[in-house]
Amino acid sequence: MSSSDDNSMKFSSTRRKLLMGIAAMPAIPVLASSGLFSTPALAQAPATSAVNTTGLAVTDTEVTVGILHSVTGTMAISETGSVQAEKLAIEQINAMGGVLGRKIKYIQEDGASDWPTFAEKAKKLLVNDKVAAVMGCWTSASRKAVLPVFEQYNGMLYYPTFYEGLEQSKNVIYTGQEATQQILAGLDWVNKEKGGKSFYLIGSDYIWPRTSMKIARKHIEAKLGGKVSGEEYFPLGHTQFNSVINKIKLTKPDVIYAAVVGGSNVAFYKQLKAAGIDLSKQTLLTISVTEDEIDGIGGENFANAYSCMKYFQSLDNPNNKDFVAAFKKMWGEKTVIGDVTQAAYLGPWLWKMTVEKAGSFDIDKIAEASAGIEFTKAPEGYVKIHPNHHLWSKTRVGQAQLDGQFKVVFETPELIEPDPFPKGYQ
Amino acid sequence: MFSEYSLSELSSIFMMQGFAGLILFSVFLLMALGLAIIFGQMGVINMAHGEFMILGAYVTYFTSQLFLNYIPSLFSIYFFIAMILAFFAAGALGMAVEWLMIRRLYKRPLDTLLATWGLSLILQQFYRSVFGPREVGVELPSWMMGSLPVTEVVEVQINGLFVMGLTIAITVAVALLMYKSSWGKQVRAVVQNRVMAGAVGINTEKVDRYTFGLGCGIAGVAGSAFTMIGSTGPTSGQLYIVDTFLVVVFGGAQSLLGTIASAFTISQAQSTMEFFLSGSMAKVLTLLGVVIILMLRPQGLFVIKVRR
Repeated sequence: MSSSDDNSMKFSSTRRKLLMGIAAMPAIPVLASSGLFSTPALAQAPATSAVNTTGLAVTDTEVTVGILHSVTGTMAISETGSVQAEKLAIEQINAMGGVLGRKIKYIQEDGASDWPTFAEKAKKLLVNDKVAAVMGCWTSASRKAVLPVFEQYNGMLYYPTFYEGLEQSKNVIYTGQEATQQILAGLDWVNKEKGGKSFYLIGSDYIWPRTSMKIARKHIEAKLGGKVSGEEYFPLGHTQFNSVINKIKLTKPDVIYAAVVGGSNVAFYKQLKAAGIDLSKQTLLTISVTEDEIDGIGGENFANAYSCMKYFQSLDNPNNKDFVAAFKKMWGEKTVIGDVTQAAYLGPWLWKMTVEKAGSFDIDKIAEASAGIEFTKAPEGYVKIHPNHHLWSKTRVGQAQLDGQFKVVFETPELIEPDPFPKGYQ
Repeated sequence: MFSEYSLSELSSIFMMQGFAGLILFSVFLLMALGLAIIFGQMGVINMAHGEFMILGAYVTYFTSQLFLNYIPSLFSIYFFIAMILAFFAAGALGMAVEWLMIRRLYKRPLDTLLATWGLSLILQQFYRSVFGPREVGVELPSWMMGSLPVTEVVEVQINGLFVMGLTIAITVAVALLMYKSSWGKQVRAVVQNRVMAGAVGINTEKVDRYTFGLGCGIAGVAGSAFTMIGSTGPTSGQLYIVDTFLVVVFGGAQSLLGTIASAFTISQAQSTMEFFLSGSMAKVLTLLGVVIILMLRPQGLFVIKVRR
């Protein structure tokens, strides 16, 4: 956006009031021709009645959105970054003049890492606060809990986490990757570059790792001609991995493929290191460790492992440089930015662009207008919303460094089409 | 399952697996000791046990930062100092909690459960507000990381050895304290008959406070040691609490020997089953086994007679 647009939007509401007040005055042609009131401003700040036909919380000067994440409880570890990114995006959008001439105001609710609470707060945001969109949720469980609420009360959810797929809704935009986007390219890479033929799959025991591993196993066996030498799941919060590490030592797989999450993640890598498994010799590819997790694991315990994500903080492009600088300026020099944090940052932007394309805050119009929305300023590069409400995105493999950052060693040449219901992988 | 491996590979794997079981045993025992003292000697079910452990872990984190920034030359020994600090920090908090809360609830054991659970929530949120919701990475001195190669395949984890040594030292110290010192005699007297103990001049309130402090202090040391193998975050304590209670209840609440035996049984069962079956299945079978044994023997493995 140009800076002249910024100015015109900032003053648009005063201007509109003025215009309404002077509409009956005969002097209007003189004033209008003086150049004080330019017509584009009128087009960018259309009347509330025109852009909001369903009674959302939209006034002449403000539009309210909801932020729904856990800031207390187990998941606060992961969701804090998402909240920070969404607030940053909202602040930046407001600094540029807002959406359709309206400043974004947010109401933040705490899902408290408890799925029924998520559903309750989602209902509160949609029914009481009448928010125009919600940026929120992190775990699949919380998304599954709020989905019926969003469908019943016709809300719009921007969901940031990479997840297992097998879902598509008019009321959700998935800004993270679905499983096949994240998994297949990474497996192809490790097969080609590292000669990975045998894989040891290890994950936490819930829907995301299990679905992901199912896809991975099918791909390894059918497409890569490799073999799965072991597949193991551990309860969430499991802290003792010595037995499985012994099994890994015994089977000597080419690749350890890991999707362990939460506190278990830290325990797994610390014990792997302690057991003398040298990640510079033993290839390990994970789909569950971002810069956020490395903070807790410790860079020295995770160095040389490979992580497969769509975004790394170290990505070298101008969009990302600006984003990282702005994020650190707002939240402190020491914060790190992981894949989901970046995906959460996309939410408000994609919503803003969709609203502007649709020329309306109405949920139905946004749901329809979403397909084809392009965001060229995304820190991960260019993204585009697919008609199935997922994003086209690239997949990258990063090698962990001692300082907790990733060195990007591979990037898919093209954007990968999101395929939440992959044929042949279910 | 093993047909494709050579005999030497198999024997070394079994050695490593045996060692893994012993590490798990030490970890379980170390988590459970503090709780066993409090539960066994005082009948208080301390639901905030995990949070006392995490206090120890945070103390370790801050000690490591302090040494890194101000006295890096002594970084290699900071862990010992951190453990001592963790003991006193968690112990002091424990004594404060006993004085403020627990002592008013001795006659209502079920309420202590609720109160300490509330305390655990308060502490979690306190850690989250003060230290941030994210996990912190505790850096270890380099000599504590990695493993000692015994043969080509068999490797012994240094941090495993460390936890084992620590567990043995603390268990012996607790046993000596309880069964050889005059303070231990007082504690046992209070457990067996509180009124009589008071009548012969034992300050039962003071004994209670120090017992609770000791239990919490040991939890702090355990938390400090577990920074080597696990995560340090506001809710990390919850990761240990189920296993801890399992060990204490299964062992019979009032017996140190019971706690040791129970930690050994559960850890060996779990570690063996994890090797032959899968992770989740091992956990299910362990829990199932404990449930069945407790149905047959509700008092736990070992029990001492107490006059109520």
